[in-house]
Amino acid sequence: MNFEPRIIAFLCNWCTYTAADAAGVARMEQPANVDVIRVMCTGRIEPMFVLKAFAEGADGVIVSGCHPPGDCHYTNGNFKTFRRMPLLGTVLSQFGIDKGRFHWGWISGAEAPKWAELARNFTDQVRGLGPLNWKDQIASKED
Amino acid sequence: MAEKLKLALYWAASCGGCEIAIVELREKILVVDQVADILFWPVAVDTKYKDVEAMPDGHIDVCLFNGAIRTSENEHLAHLLRKKSKVLVAFGSCANEGCMPGLANLYDRQSIFNYVYLESPSVDNPNKIVPQTTNKMPEGEIQIPKFYNTVKTLAQVEDVDYFIPGCPPQPPQIWSVIEAIVQGNLPPKGSVVGANEKTVCDECKHDRKEKAIKQFYRIQEIIPSSTQCLFDQGLICAGPATRGGCGALCTKVDIPCRGCYGPPPHVIDQGAALMSACASVVDADTEEEAARIVGGIADPIGTFYRFGLPASLLHRRKL
Amino acid sequence: MKKITIDPVTRLEGHGRIDLFLNDQGEVANAYMVIPELRGFEKFSQGRRVEELTDITPRICGVCPEAHHLAATKACDAVYHVDPPPAAKKLRELFYSAFYVADHMTHFYILGGPDFVMGPDAPVAERNILGVIHKVGVEIGTKVIEARGKGMDIIGMLGGRKIHPTFGLPGGVAKSLSEEERKQVEATAKDEIEFALFTLKLFKDIVLANKGYLDLIMSPIFTMPTYYMGMVDEKNKVNFYDGKIRVVDPEGKEFAKYSPSEYLDNIAERVEPWTYLKFPYLKKVGWKGLTLGKDSGVYQATPLSRLNAADGMATPKAQEAYEEMFKTFGKKPVHNLLATHWARLIELLYAAERLLELATDPGITDPKVRAIPTEKPTEGVGIVEAPRGTLTHHYITDEKGIVTKANLIVGTTNNYAPIAIAVKQAAQGLIKKGVEVTEGILNRVEMAFRLYDPCFGCATHTLPGRMPLVINIIDPSGTTIRQIRRD
Repeated sequence: MNFEPRIIAFLCNWCTYTAADAAGVARMEQPANVDVIRVMCTGRIEPMFVLKAFAEGADGVIVSGCHPPGDCHYTNGNFKTFRRMPLLGTVLSQFGIDKGRFHWGWISGAEAPKWAELARNFTDQVRGLGPLNWKDQIASKED
Repeated sequence: MAEKLKLALYWAASCGGCEIAIVELREKILVVDQVADILFWPVAVDTKYKDVEAMPDGHIDVCLFNGAIRTSENEHLAHLLRKKSKVLVAFGSCANEGCMPGLANLYDRQSIFNYVYLESPSVDNPNKIVPQTTNKMPEGEIQIPKFYNTVKTLAQVEDVDYFIPGCPPQPPQIWSVIEAIVQGNLPPKGSVVGANEKTVCDECKHDRKEKAIKQFYRIQEIIPSSTQCLFDQGLICAGPATRGGCGALCTKVDIPCRGCYGPPPHVIDQGAALMSACASVVDADTEEEAARIVGGIADPIGTFYRFGLPASLLHRRKL
Repeated sequence: MKKITIDPVTRLEGHGRIDLFLNDQGEVANAYMVIPELRGFEKFSQGRRVEELTDITPRICGVCPEAHHLAATKACDAVYHVDPPPAAKKLRELFYSAFYVADHMTHFYILGGPDFVMGPDAPVAERNILGVIHKVGVEIGTKVIEARGKGMDIIGMLGGRKIHPTFGLPGGVAKSLSEEERKQVEATAKDEIEFALFTLKLFKDIVLANKGYLDLIMSPIFTMPTYYMGMVDEKNKVNFYDGKIRVVDPEGKEFAKYSPSEYLDNIAERVEPWTYLKFPYLKKVGWKGLTLGKDSGVYQATPLSRLNAADGMATPKAQEAYEEMFKTFGKKPVHNLLATHWARLIELLYAAERLLELATDPGITDPKVRAIPTEKPTEGVGIVEAPRGTLTHHYITDEKGIVTKANLIVGTTNNYAPIAIAVKQAAQGLIKKGVEVTEGILNRVEMAFRLYDPCFGCATHTLPGRMPLVINIIDPSGTTIRQIRRD
């Protein structure tokens, strides 16, 4: 059976979630691999959420919200995002999780095609990296 | 006269600091001597493993177990002492989160073995000998414990009743827990004891103001003010992401907290909490500036997960 | 063959097991001091910020964290090519002297001492610190606790935590000493000198005046001629904090004197498959297996070694005690292993006197205790005398000060070969045909390692990799007849 990646996407309600919703309504082609978790703002995303997603079996994670500096519904929630995410990316590399498995960025509510494209491309990228299978890969190498 | 408490103390993959913390009870050790019989404590008492194996199950009232689970011997003792004890306590950071031995989870057996026995600058090993779990010597067999690929916490291999954090737990806190045990006054099973419900910041003497970090500094790069919050000054202080109860001893001498009391209440991954705290207070209004400032943090994983790697969500670096 | 196992060894720091193999005549064919523990510090130090090793390496040992803390601090000074201000160096040595006082006391009263105060055959339940307190009385017991505690209070004053203190950093120390604090240290130092003299007297009254113990000390079972290693100052007097490493041969002649950066020319480590700990030896003599004497590279690094390798003590009362010890044995070097306990108490006295010297040094309260490094970090070696032996920290970093390689040769590691020999020698001397192997006899075998005040957590900071990789099949003469490899 071919490997189908499991991707968790944390999307902000006002921007990227709206884009994803619009993409769905417009029947833009998107893979079924992406599971969306709606948050009110990407500023709510603690690094812990992303780590937990990988720990629980995700092969790839997306965080996407409103374009800084002006689009954030809460003025500067996304400022916290762009302060946290680069650091999280470095830590994920130190954990041995390929940078290609984590994407963070900005997609506004009007950019539905951009969402569909991200969903397709990122899924292909993660498929190419193979399954991460975090829990099993630790347990199986304990003799 | 009430029956004396049957106490056991054991060290798995540890440094002995938790034992010295008990010695640091100072004259209160005489009180412990009055209310308890120490049945097993390898650092100070000559009881051997066979004596523990001979005890009836549940014979020990309280076992204070420090040290991480690194080898098969450590795990065996965890299971043995669980069987022989009514109450099993994860004592100190190694047993609770993994502590320093847990940093070995950034590597694997193969790479560590290669360095220690073959590549280290002072090693002279022409036959490329490495330790073996079973050795047939001329006189008989010698076995040594198996080393696991991954360091675990006590709770990851056994059922633990109470958790006393700290590297080591501070003596006044140890004493308050012993008093609670003797008085039969422990909180519900699974509780953290010997610590408070806040963070280290609550006990720290420095003045906290608004944080707006333009640059992170390493301890040798600046001479910090003794009154201003160390984090405010750009030193990475784990205080905001560390459970309180230690007395904020490190910040008292102007060295930033490294996080030895483990995560604060309700935080399941201390490294993630500290990472978030550091990044959130970066003074940057553009992506480039933010990336520059957080990029100045050298060795993030070794900083944020110094004590809690095995207990963290991911437990270790990918194998 | 019949196997007797002492598991675990007790009243030391760390994990160990002694496997005794008895032949049909009831004699000890061989005794193995097996070290079953390892953690991996040398490897997981790679990738860390070098200054953080001052807080990471102390977790090698919670009994002697101050030793690792200062070795790491000195290594970091060397890595950054920074010279700390004079007050910082004096404070580090003051801090270290206070630690030596507390730690040597811990060994005598809690770890090794009970064998003498209670007797090696005393019941297990009494042969420990609590038994000692019951025997000497609560008043003296409380004095012991207080004296040790006062030394630890100075650690806490300077380093915050008393266990794993945070005091040293590259280029200096975290805080200076106030006049009020200085007065407290001075008062403590005076008390500690008195207590050290009291402890020496106790040792003489209980141990040296007891014929049974004296026989044990003088017995050939506990006598081993080896090379001796210790750090000395420029006058060849014992110094714990700084100096060069001096090695003398079994006849007392100087064999080597090296500075920290030269340690690799002098020391190498061997590996055996039945233990996780490596065996250091003197390169310039060569590895001749677990053997003794001038032709074997086996050396000891203990309080006795330090006194054997030096020309004297740098403080007056300790010097008197030093002369008395060597006069009693009638020669130098002293090869009687149990004299290590005596040497340790002479060092206790020296540490207390040194603490007083430093506490009354005019520059000790100077507020300038930090030098900010300006040069690019590269590589450095820091050596101090840990209570249990010469401690070497060697770090190599990249240009950002991230560790690329670390090598640690730790106090007790130096002594692993002599410990292994001593345990075997004691076992073979004590267990003979017709002798019932009592718990007391087994305890005496343990006394052979306990005098070293071992710290196997220190010794085995490292972690092996996947095993088995090589299986050597050895015939009774020690020849490898077949090797199976899985690389």
